[in-house]
Amino acid sequence: MNIHEYQAKQVLKGFGAPVANGVALTSLDQAEAAVDALPGPVWVVKSQIHAGGRGKGKFKELGDDAKGGVRVSFSREEALANIHEMFGKTLVTNQTGASGKQVNRLYIEDGADIDRELYLSILVDRETGKVSFVVSTEGGMDIETVAHDTPEKITTIGITASQGCTDQDAAALADALALDGSARDQGMALFKTLYTAFTEKDMSLLEINPLIVTKANDVQVLDAKVSFDGNALFRHPDIMELRDLTEEDEKEIEASKYDLAYIALDGEIGCMVNGAGLAMATMDIIKLYGAEPANFLDVGGGATTEKVTAAFKIITADDNVKGILVNIFGGIMRCDVIAEGVVQAAKDVQLTVPLVVRLEGTRVEEGKAILAESGLNLIPANDLDDAAQKIVKAVKG
Amino acid sequence: MSILINKDTKIIVQGLTGKTGTFHTEQALAYHNTQMVAGTHPKKGGETWSSADGTTLPLFTTVAEAKAETGANASVIYVPPAGAAAAIIEAIDAGIELITCITEGVPVQDMVKVKEKLDASSSRLIGPNCPGLLTPEECKIGIMPSSIFRKGSVGVLSRSGTLTYEAVFQTSNAGLGQSTAVGIGGDPVKGTEFIDVLDMFLSDEETQSIIMIGEIGGSAEEEAAQFLIDEAKKGRSKPTVGFIAGRTSPPGRTMGHAGAVISGGKGGAEDKIAALEEAGVSVSPSPAQLGETLVKLLG
Repeated sequence: MNIHEYQAKQVLKGFGAPVANGVALTSLDQAEAAVDALPGPVWVVKSQIHAGGRGKGKFKELGDDAKGGVRVSFSREEALANIHEMFGKTLVTNQTGASGKQVNRLYIEDGADIDRELYLSILVDRETGKVSFVVSTEGGMDIETVAHDTPEKITTIGITASQGCTDQDAAALADALALDGSARDQGMALFKTLYTAFTEKDMSLLEINPLIVTKANDVQVLDAKVSFDGNALFRHPDIMELRDLTEEDEKEIEASKYDLAYIALDGEIGCMVNGAGLAMATMDIIKLYGAEPANFLDVGGGATTEKVTAAFKIITADDNVKGILVNIFGGIMRCDVIAEGVVQAAKDVQLTVPLVVRLEGTRVEEGKAILAESGLNLIPANDLDDAAQKIVKAVKG
Repeated sequence: MSILINKDTKIIVQGLTGKTGTFHTEQALAYHNTQMVAGTHPKKGGETWSSADGTTLPLFTTVAEAKAETGANASVIYVPPAGAAAAIIEAIDAGIELITCITEGVPVQDMVKVKEKLDASSSRLIGPNCPGLLTPEECKIGIMPSSIFRKGSVGVLSRSGTLTYEAVFQTSNAGLGQSTAVGIGGDPVKGTEFIDVLDMFLSDEETQSIIMIGEIGGSAEEEAAQFLIDEAKKGRSKPTVGFIAGRTSPPGRTMGHAGAVISGGKGGAEDKIAALEEAGVSVSPSPAQLGETLVKLLG
């Protein structure tokens, strides 16, 4: 789960991280109060959307020469003008896709006196199985470009879980970022604070780009991007409250209510599959036969009839769907449960598009019998290849 | 021979009393009398579990107790996500040799703690979020549908549960059968990686060929490819077919940017396919042609 920059900063501030003062606004009525709450003389107006590249982004409704999604303002009037120009507009960045994202929240922040911009992130390194810091002296730019062009400027430090972020780890990070004097002391404290925040809140990514050193040699979190491990949200009700549903696809929200992994795509064949790997492979084979998948949908292992029905409704709610492929290889998932769900859902939604069903695995005979006895007009398939060919033929003719 | 499990493997079920644990334990008992020897439950020690057909298993309060009483050397975990890490750690502390965690949705930082503990122990963990493993006609641990298996010569390993079944199904239909099938699970932090299982398959006499199924994200497939190249130089190699799921998946939905950085920009399907082909693996373009590709490779 992703949250906005201003929310991330509030979370980090709660752990004691140095963050600039700021005020979030969700309507233009709040503009003057937000600007007046900060002393100036510099106000930074930042678009709050769940995507990076905001500074270099362009607003769809404004001209090409208009400024981007993060604007430094040198007077109260300039700050207010920026707020009015940006609010409610659609920001397109290199991460939003061409359709962009509507800016429904702005964050107004105290300007900072920047001397150096650094990069810091914390994540779970799947190769070592450890929580790791990734830092670089090259902050404020795209870290993937840094990794590609100058990999020697990136330092990775893995943390031993039972010991946490030690003095030695913190010192190594301070060295890698060339911090000295007061910035070194503050940095070493900050690294430990950030590690605590990362582990206590079950974050999956904490990225501070840039982490800055001010001209007074203080360190400060200038931007913050935080994602949380969806599997751990059950133990963080406070974090769940930060979820912004307007940032998410409606069908994906509906799917998440039923614990279904769903991602909307642009194609015409709706897919319902069990297991992420088989779901991806089903998308691959649809493409191999010349059609496009309309979605990724993994019904997971513990699906019930209710869950399968919900999955079916979500798929058929997409107007682009011209046919549906159900591909289930039951292990933990029983084919009879899937079959009951399909029958129930097909009745509920009054299905009008072709439906190809491929069932295999645990209780497959019972499942096939349920489908056969249902009287539904569906196309049974013998295996994955057969299923893919049949659905593509049914849709493309 | 086979790898990891055989007819002598004795298994404790952690989380036996739940619906999932019960169903799959019944299936395991029915599969060539897999030796399911006990269950554990913190509050039901001393009680007895009964299957639908009346088979009973003793329940113990702890894994250590169950192991001492039954001589078990393996455990399988069906407990819900919030308690899964604690269950794995309990099994490690009890000295269980082979621990298989089926549970899906274990918080990744719980697994970071488990991994540290595991690395300092002599236990092997398969999973979490995996379908388990199966040696045909000998032993079934986990949730794989046993009807699709056939005793034979192909070692199957996969990050994806249901794609493991595809590989098994297709090799059975092709008449080759399997030596052992292992689903290592798709979570970012897990107990067993591709190279661990590849190493075992290369050493196993019964395994004459290998099917390895990967997916996008991380760099485990690239590491496996490098391992196969290094082992081939030592004269250890077997005909291998590969498949990478997610060739058409949209970028950015499964991998964080910093995640891509830490793996050196690896993780895309094309890179993985290229790495495997470099290592002499025949990569099947379609998930439906795993068996066919292997048959062709074997000539």
